[in-house]
Amino acid sequence: MDSLCFSSFLSGSHSNFCVLRSSPASPVGSSRAFFYNRLNSKSFQKQIHFNHRCVGFYSLSCSATLSVTPEVEEKQAFDAEKANLLVKELRKSFNSGRTKSYEWRISQLESIAKMLEEKEKDITDALQKDLSKPAFEAFISEVSQVKSSCSEAIQELKHWMKPEKVKTSITTYPSSAEIVSEPLGVVLVISTWNFPFLLSMDPVIGAISAGNAVVLKPSEISPATSSLLANLLTEYLDNSAIRVVEGAVPETTALLEQKWDKILYTGSARVGRIVMSAAAKHLTPVILELGGKCPGVVDSNINLQVAARRIIGGKWACNAGQACISVDYIITKREFAPTLINALKVELEQCFGKNPMESKDMSRIVSPSHFGRLVKLLEEDKVSDKIVLGGQKDESKLKIAPTILLDVPDDSTVMQEEIFGPILPILTVDNLEESFDIIRSKPKPLAAYLFTNDEQLKKDYVQNISSGGMLINDTILHVATKGLPFGGVEESGMGSYHGKFSFDGFSHKKSVLYRSFDADSTIRYPPYTPQKEKLLKAVISGNIFQIILSLINGVV
Amino acid sequence: MEREVESMREYYDSGKTKEASWRASQLEGLRAFLTDQQHDIFHALMQDLGKHHLESFRDEIGTLIKSLNFALKHLKQWMSPGKAELPRIALLTSAEIVAEPLGLVLIMSSWNFPFGLSLEPLIGAVAAGNTVVLKPSELSSASASLLASALPNYLDNKAIKVIQGRPEVAEQLLFQKWDKIFFTGSPRVGRIVMSAAAKHLTPVTLELGGKCPAVVDSLSSSWDREVAAKRIIVGKFGACAGQACIAIDYILVGKEFASTLVELIKVWIKKMFGEKPSESNTIARIINKQHFFRLKNLLSDPKVKESVIYGGSMDEEHLFIEPTILVDPPLEAAIMSEEIFGPLLPIVTLEKIEDSIKFINSRPKPLALYVFTKNQSLQGRMVSETSSGSVTFNDAILQYAADSLPFGGVGESGFGNYHGKFSFDTFSHQKGVLRRSFLTDFWFRYPPWTTTKFQELEASYNYDYLGLLLVLLGLKTSPKRL
Repeated sequence: MDSLCFSSFLSGSHSNFCVLRSSPASPVGSSRAFFYNRLNSKSFQKQIHFNHRCVGFYSLSCSATLSVTPEVEEKQAFDAEKANLLVKELRKSFNSGRTKSYEWRISQLESIAKMLEEKEKDITDALQKDLSKPAFEAFISEVSQVKSSCSEAIQELKHWMKPEKVKTSITTYPSSAEIVSEPLGVVLVISTWNFPFLLSMDPVIGAISAGNAVVLKPSEISPATSSLLANLLTEYLDNSAIRVVEGAVPETTALLEQKWDKILYTGSARVGRIVMSAAAKHLTPVILELGGKCPGVVDSNINLQVAARRIIGGKWACNAGQACISVDYIITKREFAPTLINALKVELEQCFGKNPMESKDMSRIVSPSHFGRLVKLLEEDKVSDKIVLGGQKDESKLKIAPTILLDVPDDSTVMQEEIFGPILPILTVDNLEESFDIIRSKPKPLAAYLFTNDEQLKKDYVQNISSGGMLINDTILHVATKGLPFGGVEESGMGSYHGKFSFDGFSHKKSVLYRSFDADSTIRYPPYTPQKEKLLKAVISGNIFQIILSLINGVV
Repeated sequence: MEREVESMREYYDSGKTKEASWRASQLEGLRAFLTDQQHDIFHALMQDLGKHHLESFRDEIGTLIKSLNFALKHLKQWMSPGKAELPRIALLTSAEIVAEPLGLVLIMSSWNFPFGLSLEPLIGAVAAGNTVVLKPSELSSASASLLASALPNYLDNKAIKVIQGRPEVAEQLLFQKWDKIFFTGSPRVGRIVMSAAAKHLTPVTLELGGKCPAVVDSLSSSWDREVAAKRIIVGKFGACAGQACIAIDYILVGKEFASTLVELIKVWIKKMFGEKPSESNTIARIINKQHFFRLKNLLSDPKVKESVIYGGSMDEEHLFIEPTILVDPPLEAAIMSEEIFGPLLPIVTLEKIEDSIKFINSRPKPLALYVFTKNQSLQGRMVSETSSGSVTFNDAILQYAADSLPFGGVGESGFGNYHGKFSFDTFSHQKGVLRRSFLTDFWFRYPPWTTTKFQELEASYNYDYLGLLLVLLGLKTSPKRL
């Protein structure tokens, strides 16, 4: 296991409070394991009190002085017992029925909208701290997405909450029926570090819209955002039903031991399995938002400039490729590859300038361990001589230049694992149909992209490639599209959310059937007779003529 | 087994099962199985559970034929992609939701409705275009072996297989990687299934049980009372002798109406099942000795025994238990904490009927809630203040036959749902597909980031078309920082 320290982020050594995150030796797992310290000098006063604890419990201690903090931290480690108390408290709030009302839901959503207006700068600052995310990018990919999903929820909530009337058939005649959406109870949202604000708030908005009490556990790998979320949610929302628990593995483990009514987890497939196993003990349904290697197939008959920009938009301009839906690798025709690479080169320069290492318009790598993981991918024997663009790296700034690899072997690590960084392998094939086999030989990805003007190819791609979502002639945008569910399939996850799908994901669809006492037919009741059997068969086959005949024969 | 699973995956990859014609032909095959083999099915259910053939038809064959007709009628419609609406700014863009099959799925069914609970999910799995392994319960062995021997004559054997066997076989099956597991049974086994599924990140639908209460309000008209009594009896003793996950488990009734209700139920039990129900052949028997003794044990507590006011006789040789009514057994006794799953009906009296809400909420969420009342405000409170898989007013069991309603539990009674279109959705992946053109491209999406780009973006995200136009024309400058 690598153990690394964010030395540049540490402030006074007397207050260092490190957490060892240990995990089994899988490649992604070990890369996530490190010592961290969330304290940096600027926001020290504000953050120290939020270390490893549930915010709602101790909101009074926010202004405590520095010197007493270490003892406080030791005592108030968030363990299973604390987690249990927290869930109990939230369950009490939920059981009071308050969170079910339209008024409560809308008031919380409106507070979130207000928070987004008032704290936009704080949010983009935190993202800058955690990921050097350019403010503009932070706005497009996180703040504005949360804004639009919050305003959609506010606008549609009444409509979503309305019971859905459904038709009933002759089998249950006479009756009326409806499907009622009811909240599940107390739900847990575990989010991740690459879009630490969006991937926390988007599910929380869904959980609140559906009327649940919710605990959010943001990722400790993006500490500034994690602490900001803890502060903001305490300040703006109803703390008797909405809480933030900060922390790493021990805190998450304590939370997962509890009984939840739903868990939404965003992260790796490895941890996804752990979450689902923990959920199984309590029969808790889960939504798992995982990742995968999202392919982009590029045909030659396209508007090259637009396509190149859109690929850049879905790779390097998207958190430096650290996104579960970013383009992982590209497949194109052999003779077209040089043209495509050249176009990417030209457009990359347009976007990030001649020296991308100096550009402020691209995020950095989140942590030294992830930086090391990515460097290792590039240094592999079979890969190091395939770099056709970029390859520069700066460990002190955690920056890697936009890098393109041409025709790396399929058994290289860079083609076996999700890359999650600014490295783009381009594979070439003689004819584009071969790309289908390549994609299908790998686990199903969260997103699949295709650039072409060939209608038949589009059709075949939609028909034959299975993926969470699919986007033709662009990247990323489908997750921002109202009306489309966002979620994976197979290794890329299960369940979906966004908009109405978030509401549904955090609701139970209760069927309600209304029957009257009138028009009671005896065919259902014993003693069973041959005539009853005849009529029953007629009713079931929906044959009105036979029913009438049986009725004339005086059965009922 | 691994080889078999492997060959089914290969067959799925060939794309055959995705074709609409294949799906329809399999549904038709199932229908032919039910009509051709009707008498063998009756026979198997009689052997396994002593089910009267009319009950078998009503609860299993007939309901399945209805579901098949419904699926065949709507298959094309289910398969066609759903359009998603887009904001106007998404020029030259279209979005749709494509339902695609998940791949290879496993259905593990239960012994109480060995055909219904095997084939109802199978209809959904096949309609959605999956390859399927069906593992029927070994406890209803005659039904399981009929499914295994006869189904292959009607269905595509490369895509749909029945695997029989004891729990060890189920365990081996759970070891394999599936794209979905659909399980009907107990919460205990449900936990095992989900733990096994977690290893492969396999989504699961769990159809479990629970203690389904029937709340009976004071009914004033004698017609209503009688209808309620009849429906309660069928909802308890008429559905596989109470061995059904949606059978009425116990009754909650107000003090002043309790005796009226008890008397009515007694009268109608006699009218329906005769003076000697054991000889009437209209009530199913208990599945096996183990369950028979489990039920017998529920009554062994002296305080519980005292509360029996009707029936109670048990015939071990024929595994028959007479319809039995208990009034106010101790609430901490096993009969009031475990799912009964048999023809024992506890009636719990409450001060007033509204107390039932608290009573229900203090227990795990049931799969079904039945409420017999004409009081609309009580109906409203029941829907909004309690939680259960479904709520049925003034009837029982019938919700199972409604194709337009999702059937499934919540909390301890399971998750995920099926029936009708919901079955199709349960076995499908909803793939969001967005199509874009190269013709419109907003340059403000790409770095390098400038203040003007920020304004344009903000306007476009707010769908502020006028603002966007003004910024584009250079007529508006931003008061904002950055």
